This record gives sequence, structure tokens and C-alpha cells, in this order.
Amino acid sequence: MRRFFAWALLIGAMLSGAAGALAVQPNEMLADPALEKRARAISAELRCLVCQNQSIDDSDAPLAGDLRRLVRERLAANDTDAEVIDYIVARYGEFVLLRPRFEATTLLLWLTPLLVLLGGLALVVRSARRPALQEAGGLSEEEKARLVEILEEDQQSGPSPR
Amino acid sequence: MIVEFGHFALILALLVATVQLVVPAAGAALKDERMMRVGEPAAVSQLMLLAIAFLALMHAYVTSDFSVANVAENSHSTKPLIYKMAGVWGNHEGSMLLWVLILALFGAAVALFGNNLPPTLKARVLSVQASIAVAFLLFSLLTSNPFLRLDPTPSDGRGLNPILQDPALAFHPPFLYTGYVGFSIAFSFAIAALIEGRIDAAWARWVRPWTLAAWMFLTIGIAMGSWWAYYELGWGGWWFWDPVENASFMPWLAGTALLHSALVMEKREALKIWTILLAILTFSLSLMGTFIVRSGVLTSVHSFAVDPARGVFILAILILFTGGGLALFALRARDMQTGGLFQPISREGSLVLNNLLLVTGAATVLVGTLYPMVLEALTGDKISVGPPFFNSTFGPLMVPLLIALPIGPMLAWKRGDLVGAMQRLVAAVLAAIIATVAAYAIAHRGPWLAPFGIALGVYVMAGAVTEWANRIKLGSAGRAEALRRARNLPRSAYGTLLAHFGIGMLVVGIIATSAYREEHILVMKPGESLAVGGYEVIFRGIEQGRGPNYREDVADFDVRRGGAAVTRLTPSKRLYDAPPQPTTEAGIHPSWRGDLYVVIGDPQPDGGYAVRAYFNPLVRFIWLGALIMFIGGGISLSDRRLRVGAPARARTPTPVPAE
Repeated sequence: MRRFFAWALLIGAMLSGAAGALAVQPNEMLADPALEKRARAISAELRCLVCQNQSIDDSDAPLAGDLRRLVRERLAANDTDAEVIDYIVARYGEFVLLRPRFEATTLLLWLTPLLVLLGGLALVVRSARRPALQEAGGLSEEEKARLVEILEEDQQSGPSPR
Repeated sequence: MIVEFGHFALILALLVATVQLVVPAAGAALKDERMMRVGEPAAVSQLMLLAIAFLALMHAYVTSDFSVANVAENSHSTKPLIYKMAGVWGNHEGSMLLWVLILALFGAAVALFGNNLPPTLKARVLSVQASIAVAFLLFSLLTSNPFLRLDPTPSDGRGLNPILQDPALAFHPPFLYTGYVGFSIAFSFAIAALIEGRIDAAWARWVRPWTLAAWMFLTIGIAMGSWWAYYELGWGGWWFWDPVENASFMPWLAGTALLHSALVMEKREALKIWTILLAILTFSLSLMGTFIVRSGVLTSVHSFAVDPARGVFILAILILFTGGGLALFALRARDMQTGGLFQPISREGSLVLNNLLLVTGAATVLVGTLYPMVLEALTGDKISVGPPFFNSTFGPLMVPLLIALPIGPMLAWKRGDLVGAMQRLVAAVLAAIIATVAAYAIAHRGPWLAPFGIALGVYVMAGAVTEWANRIKLGSAGRAEALRRARNLPRSAYGTLLAHFGIGMLVVGIIATSAYREEHILVMKPGESLAVGGYEVIFRGIEQGRGPNYREDVADFDVRRGGAAVTRLTPSKRLYDAPPQPTTEAGIHPSWRGDLYVVIGDPQPDGGYAVRAYFNPLVRFIWLGALIMFIGGGISLSDRRLRVGAPARARTPTPVPAE
């Protein structure tokens, strides 16, 4: 119950955050455009921890601002992109990553598209083979008669242009 | 008094729905025609009762009756009238009332226009539809009753969240709900068919118009929501892979697959079992969406109902209907006859591919949306799944779908000629190559893949037109003959043309605006100017203003192009009175080329203001594409062959005079 209440507060905070407009502040930006560009790309991958589903690049919550500054500090200190991200994860945990890392706990997440696609393909192939064996399948005589009947009913009551 | 009337109507609707659930189903089992017939008046009176309840609540909102808890919590006396009205569904309780109202609307529509249905099937459809109504009416009355009174009556209400006070947002829920509640009809038909134990091409023909109608409204509802996010949330994005957005996107993907598989079933008697399963899954995803949005289990931008009792109740409904539907499917599907053989390279084959990719897409979105919650529940690990994940998994899945899209309609049923189809698409491929070259020539920056993305969209657009040109033999036959063929082409063909063309436009818009967006973040002082997207934007200053229920700081920007004045933009920052919340209103100058988008931020110590300016190239194509898809759906729906009530009118023994 308390947790839900906390969420309610969070959502309230978030909605006002969403509406507060500017995320990246002009005074946060790095002078070097190439470095700044990297900072923006990294920021889009990192979650604003007090927000709901926003990256620190999009959020104007104070904590997001702190993280943006931290990212830029690390970049200014000549960290690679991966080092910056590792640094942030070491401090804030995996939760901060909007693109979860490929590891044991996220295996299923990352493999879902592939598994569903392959599973679907296997199903298609299997069902395509089966009726080939029982060519006679299709409708029974009784069913065919009923289908004709239904379609005729439609035709009688309103000629449909075909 | 009117409020109690509405409350009473809501309770009566539950009773009527219970009758509608039990009696027609029993009648169908006992082959008792009179009992089966009960479904029709029940469905209609259920609709009328819910309309009364809905209007009663709306009356309370319009007259600002703050003795009603729901009104006091979500409305305010100074709110403009249209937001008072829209306030009815701008909150949890009211939106659930709208949900059941639309559910009843679809049920009543089947009762009134479904005269060509076999009586037992119709009775069962109405009964299944009523079972959904009973569940949600119980939910409404037990956990989310909008008619509860307050004592003492507060002097004024708490107000509607200001970022929700916006026309596009205020009116998108009815569209969205019409969309995903509309899939309940496909579900009811599927369950009824499973109970009957038989299903044929005629079934698909009955189901398709309902699915198409639901799909249309879902399409436009999602587009409106995205448009709102674009101009209201103030950072120029239009899709965030937010759980609430995903909630409506999943049924859209499955519903799109369903439309296409029902087509195969209607024309070729193939994919029957699959179509039934897809109908169940599509509505299950709608229920999942309702659960996600209404229970607040997921962290999300717009979720506003946060109450565990409700979450558990909806979860129970979800499990009952999805689980029940799938269990019935598992029991009965084997007995169903399959038919319609086809080669892999054929129209059917292409539609199977369409289904495979769309369903995989839906599964990806579903797993991505729920994974963090499930993982945390199971292991305690907290992870996030955000836009970068969806972009890199869902995006690639859509590429083969879009490549195959124009080819499918060129293939014959049963056995197609891939080479022939490709030959007929030469013009479309040529258009795509030109688009690639043009994109490279015009844009000097952006990812190297982007021109190919744009080319893909252009290819889909050109492919849709090529198919049409082929069908009317444009060029090969004389002009008079082509014109005659164009006139005789069924409307559903035009619907397909537009829907596919719209998808192409949407893709072009998405790629162009994602890859080539121009962004400037800076501090501007009055008098300073900035070059964005070929415009010169001059900051004139800030003025204080006052709206009906807010105060605002309005910035004034002159926009010039090539020295000539184009327009004036006035982005603002608002502070609403009740509840006191800040919002930003972007200043947007739309054009075919793209949108100039300016947002004003906080004052800076040096006397300037933080300003964010974007140029979003071709961004309008996104919503225009969706609108064209909506119109395409409408044209297809008006096709006589699909029209819901058309063939029935002559046969109906009602005293209503024929039109």
C-alpha cells in the first residue's frame, strides 16, 4: 500500500517534470561539439531514476541534471563511452540502463523476437506439411452445403457486386 | 438526483448484462429460439442504460456537482466547458464507464445489424459480449464507482491535470477505447465459433468489418495520442515506448495481423484456426492494455490509477478471459477443419509472413513492457527496458515486413509468381532508388542507413500506387478503359491502397524526423537570433499573460526565411491555478518540409532565457500517414461487400420502413 502511495507521488512529480520543458540546460553543455554529441547519445541510454520511463536526456528532474553533469565530467576526463556507462552503472545499478545488458537475467528478453519468429516459422512449416498429407481435408460435404447456403442467403437479400 | 439515476442505471445495466449472458447462451444450447432472441433487446437496453449513466455523470461534470467524489477529485468550476465534458473520461472511474459504454455500443450494433448471422451464432456472440460487460460492470461498481457522493460537499474541485487539458488528448480516449474495446467483437465471435465447434469463410466475412472498424479507431486514437505528446510534452518527441503507449500499440499490431489473416480465411478458407487464436489474442492484448493503464503496476508517464484492489480485479478479468479463451481454444481447435492449400510463394504465403512479423513485433513489445516487472517479482533485480531496446529489436522486425508489403498484393492466391511481381514493382523500386540518392544529396549528416529507411517508405508508397495502376491497367489499356476500371474497382481495393500508402508515409516521416532532426539548446537574450532549419528565429522578449485558469510567461519569436517574415511563434510556460502545475506550450510552425518547434525554458542569471529550438523534417508525414490509413479503413468499410447491415435489410421482418 505504501509503495503504491509512493508511486502516486512519483507520478505526480513525473507529470510536473514532463511538463517542465527543458531537459538539457544550456549551461550544462560541453564546449566541444563532438564530446557533447557523445554525451547526448549516452544520456539517451540512461534512465532518469526518479522519473517514469524517461531518459536523463529528456528529463528536467534535478537528479537527471546531476547525472547529465556526471556523464559530461567523465567524458571531459577522457573516459570512453563504455567507461562512462560502467561508471554510472557502478554507482546507480543496472536499473539505470534503458537498454539492458545481454546477460543471464535478460536472455529471454533479448531472445524473444528471435524465439517467437523461429517458433512461428516452425509452426508454419509444420502446418504447411500436414495438409499436404491429407489432401482430402477441406470441408465436409455437409459443411460445403451450409457454406453455399449462407453465401446464397447473402446474395438473395442484397446482390453484392463481385 | 440525476446522479442517483445514473448510479441506478449502472446497476440495472449489470443486471441486464447478466440476463444477456445467461439466457441467449442457454437458448442456443437448448435450441430455444425465444430465449436466443432475448440477446437483442438486452444488448440494446444495456446500451441505453449505460448511455443514461454516462450522461448523468457528464451532467454532474458540466454542472460542477462537487458532492460527487469523482467530480470533486477531477474537475474544477473554472475549467472550460469542453474540458469539463472531457473530464468525464479523464480519470479512472469515468474512463471505465466509457469503456463499458463502448463495449455495450458494439454489442448493440451486433444485435441491430447482425441480422444475417445464424441465430445460434448471434445468440452466443451476444452472450460472450455480455460476459465481458458483466465483468467490467462489476469492476466499475465494486472498485471504481463514479457515482459515490461526498459529505460534506467541498466548495470547489481539485481540477484536471493541466497537461491533460488539451483538445487532442481530451478527445483521444474515446477513439482509443473504440479501437481496443472494438476487438471484443472479434473475441466474442471467436469464442462463439469455438462453442459452436465450426467455422467457415462466412465467419471471417462477419468478423472482418468489426475488426476493421476497431482497427481504424485504434489507429487514429494512437496517432492523436502521439500528436499530443509531440506538441504538449515539449521535447518534440512523438513516441516514447512508454508502457501506456505500448498498451495501445500491442492490440494494434495483433489487430492488423487479424485483419490480414481474416482476409485469407474469407477468400481462401485457410488459416482458420490461426485466425481464431489471433482474435482471442488481440482482445487479450486489449485487456492487457487496460490492465497496464488502469492498475498502475507499471511505471509510466501517464498512468493515473494507483490502487492495488483494482489492479488485482483487472488481473483476474484478464486471466479469466485470456485463460478461458485459450483453454477453450485448446479444447476445440483440433476439431476444426482446415482447408485452402497454398504454396509458400502466394498471396496467402505473403499474408502468413505479415502475420508472423506483426505477431513477433507484438510479442517483443509485450515482453519488453512486462519484463522489468516480472523479473523484479521473480528475482528482485531491477532493470529498465526503454526506447533503445525497442528501437533495436522492434525496428529490424519491421524491415522485412515493409519490403514484403508491396509484393504481397501482386502475388496470386494459391501459387504466385515472385519474379512477375517484382517486375511489376520496377517503378516502385526505381522511386526508392531516386529517394535514396535524393536523401544523400539533400542531407549531409545523419546516419548512413537513414536514406535507405526513407527509400523503404517511398517504395511502400510507390508500391501501393503501382498495384492500383496495375489493376486498372493504367498505361496498357486505353485511358477510357483505365478510367472505367478505376471506377469499378471495389472500394476495399481503394482502402488497401490508402492504408498501405499511409504506412509508407508514416515510415518516411519517422525516419526523416529521427535521422535529420536539427536541435539547438542555448541561452537567448531579447534581440538575438538563431538559424534553424532554414529559418531565422529572432527572440523579441517575454511577456506575462493570464488565461482562463492559468498564468503564463509568453515568449515572442519572429520567424523569417530568406529575409521575409514567415510567422510569429509564442511558446509559453504556464502555471495552472488548480492543481498548481507548470506546463510548457511549444511554439510550432508547421510546413510540408517539416516543423519549426521552439520551447522556452527558465530565465538565466545573465538576463537571457534558455531556449530549445528544433527543426523536425517531414514530421507531419507521421500523423498524415495515420490519418490516410484511417480514411482507407473507412472507405474499405463502406464497401458494400463488407458493410455490416447491408445484406440484411431486405430480410428483416421489422416494422421499420425501408430507407
